Amino acid sequence: MWLTRPLQERSTQIFLGVLFSALVVVTFLHVVMPQDSALHVSAYTVTLLGKYLCYALLAVAVDLVWGYLGILSLGHGAFFALGGYAMGMYLMRQIGDRGVYGDPVLPDFMVFLNWDSLPWFWHGFDMAWFAFLMVLLAPGLLALVFGFLAFRSRVTGVYLSIITQALTFALMLAFFRNEMGFGGNNGLTDFKDILGFNLRTDATRLGLFIATGIALAIGYVICRGIVTSKLGRVSVACRDAEARTRFLGYRVERVQLFVFVVSAMLAGVAGALYVPQVGIINPSEFSPLFSIEVVVWVALGGRATLYGAVIGAILVNYAKTVFTGIMPDAWLFALGGLFVLVTVFLPKGIAGLLQKRSKARADDDTTTGQEATV
Amino acid sequence: MSFFQELADRERVFEFLTQVQSPVDVRHGPILYLEDVNVSFDGFKAINNLNLTIDDGELRCIIGPNGAGKTTMMDIITGKTRPDTGSVWFGSRHNLLTMNEPDIASLGIGRKFQKPTVFEALTVFENLELAMATDKRVFPTLTALMKPEYRDRIDEVLEMIGLKDLRERLAGILSHGQKQWLEIGMLLMQKPRLLLMDEPVAGMTEQEMERTAELLTSLAGKQSVVVVEHDMGFVRSIARKVTVLHQGSVLAEGSMDQVSNDPEVIKVYLGEEA
Repeated sequence: MWLTRPLQERSTQIFLGVLFSALVVVTFLHVVMPQDSALHVSAYTVTLLGKYLCYALLAVAVDLVWGYLGILSLGHGAFFALGGYAMGMYLMRQIGDRGVYGDPVLPDFMVFLNWDSLPWFWHGFDMAWFAFLMVLLAPGLLALVFGFLAFRSRVTGVYLSIITQALTFALMLAFFRNEMGFGGNNGLTDFKDILGFNLRTDATRLGLFIATGIALAIGYVICRGIVTSKLGRVSVACRDAEARTRFLGYRVERVQLFVFVVSAMLAGVAGALYVPQVGIINPSEFSPLFSIEVVVWVALGGRATLYGAVIGAILVNYAKTVFTGIMPDAWLFALGGLFVLVTVFLPKGIAGLLQKRSKARADDDTTTGQEATV
Repeated sequence: MSFFQELADRERVFEFLTQVQSPVDVRHGPILYLEDVNVSFDGFKAINNLNLTIDDGELRCIIGPNGAGKTTMMDIITGKTRPDTGSVWFGSRHNLLTMNEPDIASLGIGRKFQKPTVFEALTVFENLELAMATDKRVFPTLTALMKPEYRDRIDEVLEMIGLKDLRERLAGILSHGQKQWLEIGMLLMQKPRLLLMDEPVAGMTEQEMERTAELLTSLAGKQSVVVVEHDMGFVRSIARKVTVLHQGSVLAEGSMDQVSNDPEVIKVYLGEEA
């Protein structure tokens, strides 16, 4: 089975081992360690780590299409944000009459805009199963339609990147408008609870953190399953020699479409888990800058490795947290500088550095020159 | 009303149900048949009333000066370029002008590019694996497993193209000649009925050329092979029948000796070299 194959692979085992140990350690330090202990992990930190894991899942989704399919998507933030909005709509409906205006059905911003009934697309979001389905379907459908048109017309390379950029920018402008019915530039916020659990309690925050960790693990295994399957090798073939692949009898545009849609859905899940943890979703998540930043994480971590994307996302965002605390204005310069340095000195990213090391060790151990490609 | 009667007719076999991958029909001899094909790019006539017939199992060489339309002809056969007028048939059943590249490929026409094109980031073995004639739709590919008979088939082709010892090497580090062979191997994995080779010996050493000639002549009979080549020595060594293209149409056709003694051919092509 293509989904269980990665579980027999050492790199995936190591990745899952590290991820789950991290979840256990953080949970332990948060729950068992006393508040005043130096080792105690605060609820704030747990949520911060949960946010990093969401970004990591998004980065994995981007690496799947960029690293293995050669599609540099500069608009994956759009899928992330759509997943986030689907979750946000569910959370808004959960507020019920506890909003500022106390309307039992309408979210606050609709009352403020003097709307008297729910727009049609808000129906159903009071049911968790429907909302969670939409988390997958909304980004998935957008990717399906967009990808179908783009790949069928054989738009590739820079042109495709520019269109994805335009896509997310257009969505940002649309979501900024109050008439769209998604809360305009304020977005959706003031959430109270999720599945009946109060979002402000530490236990719920820890639960969301763990859920994000598990989602990352599942997403990673799915991506790994795809890239180690024959379809993964066909993707690499499309990336490197599209015409050749077509003359071998593969429908390149369908391969691209499948992988692109899977990636968009994973990005949607990442966005959906992100929203309850940060407590707000607004159109700034659609901003092209954010999507470009995601690409930088992947480049830093190392393309076409998947785990590199996770490392890149976590490291860069940790650095961002630290930097913006000390010198808020310097962050973008630091990020830009880091990007330049990595491209020049570590073209394969941090993962490339790790690979080189493990390869050197493998060469020491055995004299056979077997390829240690991960 | 007759529409509903038609639908209710249980004896009827709908047309779309019968269109399963029908085998290539070569009962009439030719496997490839081009008639009155014309293509122009921005007013330039790349192909001009081209008529060409390739028999089943034939090894045909096509020569011609630069710009004679050799590569364009291959583009038309493989579905990359659509001609302005004319007809192209594969066997006597398949109209290639109504089909796209993957369909034509799975019908059994394999193409080797002018520049060797292999998947450099994959191993030699994986390159052949992808080329294998199997179900190439997305989901069957996702769940595909490596079966022993596939492995045997790949080993067989590895033996034929002489890359057996390099099976786990990345294709990107192969030499130019080895890449050419790997690409020929990929075509063989597709079990094609017709092989189109665009300059298969470009950049090869004398020795490599000899081996390629052996390989191609051993294929003829089982498969039809069309070779487009510049190297006259190579053409002389393999060809039984040669077609000379000039300005998008056939100038002469026959054995190498006949063709090279044709005054027209000497004027436009061989004459250039002298």
